[in-house]
Amino acid sequence: MNFIIEVLKATIPAGTPLLLGALGEIYVERSGILNLGVEGMMIMGAISAFSMTNITGNVWLGVLISIIIGGGMALIHAFNSITLKANQTLSGLALTMLGLGLSGLIGKGYIGVPLSGKLHNLPVYGFKDIPIIGPIFFDQDPLVYISYVLTLIFWFFLFNTRFGIELRSVGESPDVADSAGINVAKIQYLATFIGGMMAGLGGAYLSVVYAPAWIEGMTAGMGWIVLAITIFSLWRPERAILGSYFFGCIRVLQYRLQPLGISPNLLNMLPFIFTILVLMLAAREISRKRISSPSSLGIPYFREKTL
Amino acid sequence: MEKILQMKGITKRFGNIIANDKIDFGLNKGEIHGLLGENGAGKTTLMNILYGLYTPDEGEIYIDGTRVKIRSPNDAIELGISMVHQSFKLIQSHTVVENVALGLRDTSFFYPHKQIEKKIKVFSERYNFRIDPNALIWQLSAGEKQRVEIIKAFCRKARIFILDEPTTMLTPSEAKDLFRLLKLLKGEGISIILITHKLDEVMEVCDRITILSGGKRIDTVDVSNVDKDKLARMMFGQNMVLKERQEYSINFYEDVVLEVRNLTVLNDKGLPAVKDVSFDIHRGEILGLAGVSGNGQRELIEAITGLRKVTRGSIKILDEDVTNIGTKGILNRGVAHIPEERMRMGIVPSMSLEENVILRNYDRAPFSNSLLLDYGIISEYAKGIISKYRISALNEKVPAGTLSGGNIQKLILARELSISPVLIIASHPTQGLDVRSTQQIHELLLKKKEEGCAILLVSEDLQEIMDLSDRIAVMFNGTIRGIIDIDRANIEKIGSLMVGV
Repeated sequence: MNFIIEVLKATIPAGTPLLLGALGEIYVERSGILNLGVEGMMIMGAISAFSMTNITGNVWLGVLISIIIGGGMALIHAFNSITLKANQTLSGLALTMLGLGLSGLIGKGYIGVPLSGKLHNLPVYGFKDIPIIGPIFFDQDPLVYISYVLTLIFWFFLFNTRFGIELRSVGESPDVADSAGINVAKIQYLATFIGGMMAGLGGAYLSVVYAPAWIEGMTAGMGWIVLAITIFSLWRPERAILGSYFFGCIRVLQYRLQPLGISPNLLNMLPFIFTILVLMLAAREISRKRISSPSSLGIPYFREKTL
Repeated sequence: MEKILQMKGITKRFGNIIANDKIDFGLNKGEIHGLLGENGAGKTTLMNILYGLYTPDEGEIYIDGTRVKIRSPNDAIELGISMVHQSFKLIQSHTVVENVALGLRDTSFFYPHKQIEKKIKVFSERYNFRIDPNALIWQLSAGEKQRVEIIKAFCRKARIFILDEPTTMLTPSEAKDLFRLLKLLKGEGISIILITHKLDEVMEVCDRITILSGGKRIDTVDVSNVDKDKLARMMFGQNMVLKERQEYSINFYEDVVLEVRNLTVLNDKGLPAVKDVSFDIHRGEILGLAGVSGNGQRELIEAITGLRKVTRGSIKILDEDVTNIGTKGILNRGVAHIPEERMRMGIVPSMSLEENVILRNYDRAPFSNSLLLDYGIISEYAKGIISKYRISALNEKVPAGTLSGGNIQKLILARELSISPVLIIASHPTQGLDVRSTQQIHELLLKKKEEGCAILLVSEDLQEIMDLSDRIAVMFNGTIRGIIDIDRANIEKIGSLMVGV
């Protein structure tokens, strides 16, 4: 029992960067933009947060800069795909390459450097004593609590506000939204920007809270898992929790199972084997429930395309 | 009469084509104004300009006597103009409420649903319409979808409603409901522009009519001063006779081409859409399949053409069981399919006309030597088809998607008939086409009937069904409610079967 609670307690922080990234990507894809640059934005978030924290000694300043950097990178993608109407797949991949390369360059001097600030666990008074749930969910660091709140906000805004309707409409049929007087480009820019900020924040969590250290290429494919979670969640923020913690749990098991003599190479494969399985599962559910990805996902919108 | 809208000297060019040539158009307060013309006459272009989707190259627009610039639908909505497009501008996976809320500025930011639900209730009580605010759009019938569009316009407090071919997708009774609603709205001072090419419609509801032809305005007339013949002459610029079907007689051979027995087919949601349906089509027979769309016609056609799995029952073509043998097997037995959505299922829009025309036999001689395509022969063949079927296209190399609806349909027919079919499945073959293209397609189908083809004609246009069929099967709620010989059929009888009475 204790082992299970311990694993689950470790699952939450392991899943948090994924959750943050997935929440953002859900908004991006809901607006019809496909951003494959999550990996790049995450790792840039990670290095910028790490270096800022090291320079100022303040974790929160590090977090702030990662959000700005992530959002800024997303704007490059937004400009490519919305203004220039370029191929979104290529632009996203380019962003990933850019992020991986640039972060390696900036981070050369930070390899092996200890972090000068730290985010301590902050048990929530009252909640932390609830059996089982308390130690798992309410004995965590502040950023985890922020991720709970963000999930709630993302869910609420998507389904219960006018902005949510506009965002979803733009991703489903931009021409309908356009003829209803919605500024399609503005919504898409905003969604892409939000997605970038969230990916940056996810990266920051990885380098200043979870690790906390800078290792070159430390996101190690997490950006791609975020994309899988986005699909698995059927583009619903509340379901992203499930997917993110599932992969978080696998990550924890990777370390916990190693002492049992299971080959580390096999364990390293685990997240990606499960990515494939999860996508298969999602595909089945999508066809059974007649849900589809946002209809205009990845398709640039032109107004006067007829004639 | 108080003029609410004036458009002066509107010109719009697309490349070398002049879609609108110095058109003047005026709308009075509280009138229903018909905008009549063939496909390609420039009706929709003119209205897209008014709605801010296109910017005119020349011309001025006045609303309430003030000159306005309409750069986007946003501007149009501000000015109280609302448009109900031919293809509904609704988001299929969203609810009615969410669709109405989209772009509505005076709704609260949080929980807009609750407010809109109330507005929909007010509307449905005032005009006596039923609609479930929380239904998803894809679950609604065409008539209901249109109602959602009108509610949208209503909620935006529009003063000018533009309706683009509003009855294309509607059943006769739904169209009647629509006209009743339009007259009520007119009584409240709302001005309505009705884009159409149906003469009966304008005569029934309009106060005045503007006739367009070839991008030019021919005339604006009061309905009381014209009749259908005169309107038709103005539309086509020639003396067209509206002809009635001469004789209602059944003539076809005894031998059965298509035999459907106890067929059950599921829809996308996994529920039975076709329930225990049986019928035969004989050589040289046109069987008309009438019914309100969404009553299983689409699933039935998809099952016969192999696009959908048959759950129970059997389909035989010329005494050979073809149940669930797949599309290619069925088509190879001489079945021609003219699908419902011609752009999506009938052609590959981005491929050239000549490539589209050989899609049924590109893999055999003379077009292919089993490895390479012979474009010389293909091109000659396509030229022949263009002149034989009177397809108007710049040349055989243009992308098929750039042709007009009527020409695309002729292209599909040409391709499907090139295999000398024994059975033709024609789904809404003339939907949205102008009178001339419709007539050409009807003639082609009748000629094939003479040659001994069995034809299944699915249509929502009862006139078309009555004009062409030997027998008429009426589908309702997944079953065939009755098969009536043409000499004993009339619109009232079919209409009542269609709604399940």
